[in-house]
Amino acid sequence: MIYEFLANLFGSDIIASFISGALPFVFVVPFALFAVWLERKVSAHMQDRLGPMRVGYHGWLQTVADILKLIQKEDITATDTDKKLFNIAPVLVFMGSYAAFAAIPFSSAYIGSGIDLGILYIVAVSGLVVAGILMAGWASNNKYSLYGAVRSAAQVVSYEIPTVIVILTVVVVVGSLNLTKITEFQTSRFWDWMIFGGSIAGIKKLILLPFMVIGFIIIYISSLAETNRTPFDIPEAESELVGGYHTEYSGMKFAMFFLAEYANMFAVSAIAATLFLGGYHSPFGYFGNLTGMIWLVPIEQFFWFTAKGIFFVFVQMWLRWTLPRLRVDQLMTLCWKYLIPIAFVNFLIVALIMVL
Amino acid sequence: MNLADFLFYVFAVITLVSAFFVVTFKNIIYSAYSLMLTFLGVAGIYVLLGADFIAIVQVIVYVGGILILILFGVMLTNKIQNVPIKTEASFIIPASITIGAFGGILVSTFINTRWKSMPAELANSTLSDVGHLLMNEYILIFELLGILLLVALVGAASIARKQ
Repeated sequence: MIYEFLANLFGSDIIASFISGALPFVFVVPFALFAVWLERKVSAHMQDRLGPMRVGYHGWLQTVADILKLIQKEDITATDTDKKLFNIAPVLVFMGSYAAFAAIPFSSAYIGSGIDLGILYIVAVSGLVVAGILMAGWASNNKYSLYGAVRSAAQVVSYEIPTVIVILTVVVVVGSLNLTKITEFQTSRFWDWMIFGGSIAGIKKLILLPFMVIGFIIIYISSLAETNRTPFDIPEAESELVGGYHTEYSGMKFAMFFLAEYANMFAVSAIAATLFLGGYHSPFGYFGNLTGMIWLVPIEQFFWFTAKGIFFVFVQMWLRWTLPRLRVDQLMTLCWKYLIPIAFVNFLIVALIMVL
Repeated sequence: MNLADFLFYVFAVITLVSAFFVVTFKNIIYSAYSLMLTFLGVAGIYVLLGADFIAIVQVIVYVGGILILILFGVMLTNKIQNVPIKTEASFIIPASITIGAFGGILVSTFINTRWKSMPAELANSTLSDVGHLLMNEYILIFELLGILLLVALVGAASIARKQ
């Protein structure tokens, strides 16, 4: 809808697609600033501190001040780094996280590209993040960076498998890979959301319910691992690896990694919300439909979508400041010996229920 | 120039330039990352041809799988930078004859084939067609490939387990 509007406004497909493609950026950057502040506040309150309090009301301008500082900082590149790859890597990592936003339906009025293979596309572009992290680790010419990068790549590649199996579970129920269709399948009543068995009539829904809850838990755990968040943050474990793959980075390039991390956190939360919690749908009807103001509906949908996304980002932070870090072997054991078999059996059972 | 033309030229330039760099870079890591750009460019051209499923599978398999494997292999190999990579020209005369002949065949095929030209249109998703074909006509090949992959997986696991 927004794309057609822009195409009409400028009279050119090319300009319209550039602007339409830049729109998520307008969302991602303020979100990252907000999320960094939120992370500091959440961590502080979990540890009985106050966190940033000086800049603005309860420190809400702290991250803006931080980013101004980071922009002014000297761009340090250590002598033996591989200059070209060192400079490209942060951009590539951010590109991978940002590309996922192209297929995420923010509301029924705005989706970057409503392709039929939406969810598969998101799985595909997350591979770019791995390539970028490996590039950063290699180019830094630092053993901690390289260890961090290799750990991170191994972790992301392993945890993609349970994620994809759970996605398949949802796809089997809905019968489409299109994220808009998956969202429309779950109506604006919360008991029709996928985590409660989807909008299927009859006894099938009740049988499906427990397996959908299991699927949601699995995809949430593996999305934590894919964003390298605690308890799965061994790629940047401070006590062992200094800062992991971004040890050598400073200034704006370091900020790019942070931007990518927070963009990625929102992306995986948004995907979990779209697949299992109704996406942009409100849990109980729309105010716009009730009062006859139809134009209000997309705005409400955008509100619910961001609310769900930010809630899951908050849960990620909550977990980060509550749980200890896993060891490498525990991490791989959890993925290969528990999550993948459970996800696979879960998938088979759901497929069987849908066939019957 | 409409959007599809513009995108085609962008992807074509990305593919050709990065493919050129894959063979000319002396640093194997640079070549690997150029290869990533080549894969992405080819995926873009697949999308423009209306083959959306194969484009995304190309990105998943080649960028997310094979390229990461190449990078892992390169990064975990000790002293890979010290191996001299030959990129100078050798056997110039036989090579140019072969390339000339092969290129000539390709160009003449391009010129002489009567291409089926169709009006450009927004292609429908090929996903359900691909699914139906795989599950009906090509079911035997599909299953065989599945067994082949399973055998490869079991083999890899058993090799890794011995140590």
